[in-house]
Amino acid sequence: MKVTVDTDKCIAAGQCVLSAPEVFDQREEDGLVVLLNPSPSADVAVDVKQAATLCPALAITVED
Amino acid sequence: MTDSPMIPAGPSAAGVPGYPMPRAAGCPFDPPPRLRELQAEAPITRVQWWDGSTPWVVTGYADQRALLADPRISADSIHPSHPHRAAGMREAHQKHGRPFIRMDDPEHARLRRTVTAPFTVRRVEALRPAIQAIVDGLIDDMLAGPKLADLVEAFALAVPSLVICELLGVPYADHGFFQENSKLFIRRDADPQQGAEADQRLLGYLDHLIGDKLASPGDDLMSEVAARVKAGELSREEAARIGQLLLLAGHDTTANMIALGTLALLQHPDQLAILRETDDPAVIARAVEELLRYLSIVHIGHPRAALEDIEIGGQIIRAGDGMLLPAEIANRDPAVFPYPDRLDIGRDARRHVAFAFGPHQCLGQNLARVELQVVYGTLYKRIPTLRLATSLDQIPFKHDALVYGVHELPVTW
Repeated sequence: MKVTVDTDKCIAAGQCVLSAPEVFDQREEDGLVVLLNPSPSADVAVDVKQAATLCPALAITVED
Repeated sequence: MTDSPMIPAGPSAAGVPGYPMPRAAGCPFDPPPRLRELQAEAPITRVQWWDGSTPWVVTGYADQRALLADPRISADSIHPSHPHRAAGMREAHQKHGRPFIRMDDPEHARLRRTVTAPFTVRRVEALRPAIQAIVDGLIDDMLAGPKLADLVEAFALAVPSLVICELLGVPYADHGFFQENSKLFIRRDADPQQGAEADQRLLGYLDHLIGDKLASPGDDLMSEVAARVKAGELSREEAARIGQLLLLAGHDTTANMIALGTLALLQHPDQLAILRETDDPAVIARAVEELLRYLSIVHIGHPRAALEDIEIGGQIIRAGDGMLLPAEIANRDPAVFPYPDRLDIGRDARRHVAFAFGPHQCLGQNLARVELQVVYGTLYKRIPTLRLATSLDQIPFKHDALVYGVHELPVTW
């Protein structure tokens, strides 16, 4: 699975961190998304997909 | 956010239904029955607003999410078709300025990003012990007093007020002033003149606070805002207005979730029992999401206007049309939430749009989550015999207010 994020779209809602903290974090200075792992393993696939679904800014793309 | 008298519901001369629509008697937690009919029969339809205009009302979950995230939609409150809740608001926003939640990008994004840092998941999580101490202290006070209290006054309004003091960095000595005036400000429906005066006192206080934080910065939100004033990123007026927005947005909403949520749980004792008996943070977090979905307290609809023609759900919303997107009906869409009228704190309700969706989704949502997790995870354990001191039909509901809830909640134990 391949994950990409768009920090221009990101609004720092933090939904991704709540869904998949192993894969997403937030920058200290403004809360924008930090992608910790662009190729997460299959065991967090459900969480990563939830993060993409919940992101209010549609800033997360997931490819299988 | 004053409320004006709304036009009565029911079909107007032109056959366009009046809006907002009344909730059914005896069903204070459920959305208006007519909204449910519209969701099934005409999910994107025109309604008649108090000023005679006919904005669209969008009732389906998927359509609401699509529109709220669509860059062709404007949240700008000075847009001529923005459906305001009262007369004179467009003019007031034009003349005196408006909070960034009522602007569009890029201006909205510029101002919002100046205050996103204190609301990250990590930063609000770090506030949890302070929030727990506030909640415990208020419950101690309740238990030390007579066994009859208005939960709104004694607890629900006080929790977010003290949390905001903590967040903004309001010194302890000023808590009384801050709580008293923010209460008057929130409750301006009771006396608009008093509310406006309290508003001015708070704005003056916040400006003064920025001055103090410029002189001696601390580890708090207003110190960060003051630093941005110093760096020339924000004007002092913008900074005070941001403080005021955070105060208003985080106070009334959280207070209503606490009081209305407690009332809903008291009406569903099996659900309350689960919360009372669990120590599992995941169970409590799940319950918070379900109560956010079930209650959807920011009701009547997010106001928006179309900047371009948009084809959606078999309708064409034309450029310049106003629209309202009520979360209380989207969050009861049976296509997304099976048995939507059932309060089931065990369900996964994370997809709810109680905090809206798109670039304007609630800035303080993760703080609200932690506050509600602490409250719902503590109150019913500490006061296990908590119950209503009156009957449900005697409880006054805030039908016409911007944020739905109860005016008071007499409880005993």
